[in-house]
Amino acid sequence: MTIHVRLFASLRERTGIDHLQVSEAFEPATVAGLKAHLCVINPMFAEALKDVGRLRAAVNHDMAEDDTIVPPAAEVAFFPPVTGG
Amino acid sequence: MVKTGQLRRSLVKVQEDDFDVSQCLQELREGIPQIGAVAAFVGTVRDLNEGSSIHTMTLEHYPGMTEKSLENIVAVANGRFEILSAMIIHRVGPLKPEDQIVLAACTSPHRQQAFLACEFIMDYLKTEAPFWKKEQTPDGGRWVSARDSDDSAKARWES
Repeated sequence: MTIHVRLFASLRERTGIDHLQVSEAFEPATVAGLKAHLCVINPMFAEALKDVGRLRAAVNHDMAEDDTIVPPAAEVAFFPPVTGG
Repeated sequence: MVKTGQLRRSLVKVQEDDFDVSQCLQELREGIPQIGAVAAFVGTVRDLNEGSSIHTMTLEHYPGMTEKSLENIVAVANGRFEILSAMIIHRVGPLKPEDQIVLAACTSPHRQQAFLACEFIMDYLKTEAPFWKKEQTPDGGRWVSARDSDDSAKARWES
């Protein structure tokens, strides 16, 4: 059931975390639920979110929204808006 | 009437190395005699951004998702435009002003669909593909912010 969380760009730099695992259950089992859970278990994450502004997420390598379901053993990434090209 | 779903070749690469546009276009066209038009866009590193001179620009990406995202953009373009082959090459790692960052190229029997598909691919790449730029300026490093104009450029394809 472990969820693999990855952080990128300014969010990774601000927290000093590029990868962490969440083995506890969280409600609702969505991107928003996971985000709220991460803010509780990791104050660095909550602090960094204030500076990042608009946050984007991906579930299993697909862009996701707040209400996207996080399935068991998913890889969920959080990052600021993309700036490639 | 536009005949979509004609794609014969899709080439997506994420790499640190530079690329030779002429060689890339050759690879894109080879063995597809129905091609009558090739449209290509190259994005490069500017020496100045938002008033600061840029020493280095470092491109970070999300390995695994990046390739999937770019392949998906090509697939969506194939469903909308009459393209025979398409290519996206995006560099990652440290780059200098004047360096090439990205190549998007499309081929088609006629120019209009090649132009449109190329622009579509770049507008989607800018807002959907997981790349992030960090600039080194004389005042230190800073992450490049996303532009609202990129969101509106993508939105015009959705209306």
